[in-house]
Amino acid sequence: MAMEMRLPVARKPVNETLGNETKKHLVVPGDTITTDTGFMRGHGTYMGEEKLIASVAGSVERVNKLICVKALKTRYNGEVGDIVVGRITEVQQKRWKVETNSRLDSVLLLSSMNLPGGELRRRSAEDELAMRGFLQEGDLISGVLVQVSPSLVKRQKTHFHDLPCGASVILGNNGFIWIYPTPEHKDEEAGGFIANMEPVSLADREVISRLRNCIVLMVNQKMMLYDTSILYCYEVSLPHQIKDILKPKIMEEIVMETRQRLLEQEG
Amino acid sequence: MAGLELLSDQGYRVDGRRAGELRKIQARMGVFTQADGSAYIEQGNTKALAVVYGPHEIRGSRARALPDRALVNCQYSSATFSTGERKKRPHGDRKSCEMGLQLRQTFDAAILTQLHPRSQIDIYVQVLQADGGTYAACVNAATLAVMDAGIPMRDFVCACSAGFVDGTALADLSHVEEAAGGPQLALALLPASGQIALLEMDARLHEDHLEQVLETAAQAARDVHTLLDRVVRQHVHEASILLGD
Repeated sequence: MAMEMRLPVARKPVNETLGNETKKHLVVPGDTITTDTGFMRGHGTYMGEEKLIASVAGSVERVNKLICVKALKTRYNGEVGDIVVGRITEVQQKRWKVETNSRLDSVLLLSSMNLPGGELRRRSAEDELAMRGFLQEGDLISGVLVQVSPSLVKRQKTHFHDLPCGASVILGNNGFIWIYPTPEHKDEEAGGFIANMEPVSLADREVISRLRNCIVLMVNQKMMLYDTSILYCYEVSLPHQIKDILKPKIMEEIVMETRQRLLEQEG
Repeated sequence: MAGLELLSDQGYRVDGRRAGELRKIQARMGVFTQADGSAYIEQGNTKALAVVYGPHEIRGSRARALPDRALVNCQYSSATFSTGERKKRPHGDRKSCEMGLQLRQTFDAAILTQLHPRSQIDIYVQVLQADGGTYAACVNAATLAVMDAGIPMRDFVCACSAGFVDGTALADLSHVEEAAGGPQLALALLPASGQIALLEMDARLHEDHLEQVLETAAQAARDVHTLLDRVVRQHVHEASILLGD
């Protein structure tokens, strides 16, 4: 079996020129943000002895009279309209408990599930008993789940993307990213309940592995994740082998090129 | 070693430091990407690693959930290679439990637990090399890790140990100075308000000297705060550059 070894090298400091011009007010816990009592306190702050004090390390955001501190990295805080990808941890009466990288487990009610055949009816006792037939702990579906920090997923209009390279990706706002092979036919049969049991081909699997490595690379270099950035990173990584993508030198090359391409596209 | 002078006539300690001088501190945040928060700290030759998960759903028994606060769970472990002699340390042994309890009391005071009812915050600390001041290194590492995880805290928690030799209080004891058998005190402080999160001593010290030792430890903790503050600001600055928005 071939092995690869690398000596430790000093970490390169972050390139200051990457930052934009607007200076952000960065605080650490215990810092006084303001002594002006006219402000309302938002997340990440607390009131102590007539002063507004920061409770997390991050940047101060001010909207009129509301001051809050946005932490660099937090657990997912849900908002209405967000798309999330979750993992079932428990089956209870009339509902499932889902793990979504947030502060408490989320709840998925039986009444919100789409039934096979697309029928709309009240859920009966038989449906409750059949819950385990639909989704059980440890169920495996074809595809790869990548867990990243929620702060790295960009908010966009749609989070379901069919990438031209042959795979589809769902960017959950909670940081769970689901990569799966694009289903062949996209007809709206069965009211959204799809059961596809075919094994995945090798070519598709390679595309999925490459995408997964690209996403891990971008997380490592703290790049924002959205469909364009993932696609560019994938294209830039094509000349390298899939297993080489995560090596430090090659990682830096790929990230530099991806950032450049993104700047060109925006500029 | 007989006749080991902990404090020379000129005021130098065994490793050449002055009485109130700290050892060199180096720290890094965000060392593990899979954990919510992580940090690594070196205080002289003492090396500690802290990892934080949470806040998340209470695992195990639901009965332990507190309806108005988060549960803070701390576990301390010492590597077998951390001391001069390789020693197997089973997980549930007395010293680990006691340290875990002390860490839990410290962080219960500092973390704003009212903001996350019914959830659990796990703090795991591991000592990779123990050269004195392990409690202090653990607290400092855990503070950085909790900040890295974005869990709201009242303030930094900075800790330092102190001892008393020949009428002088010494700050940040190394293993040689701890093994000499004099009184030692561990202090964890919230620097901005000056409040003490934890004060621990299990030796005999005359009460006349207590104030001096306490003041030395408090000053050392404030010095540690200056360093940790710089580390956190640097980390936040770098991350905000990379995220770019």
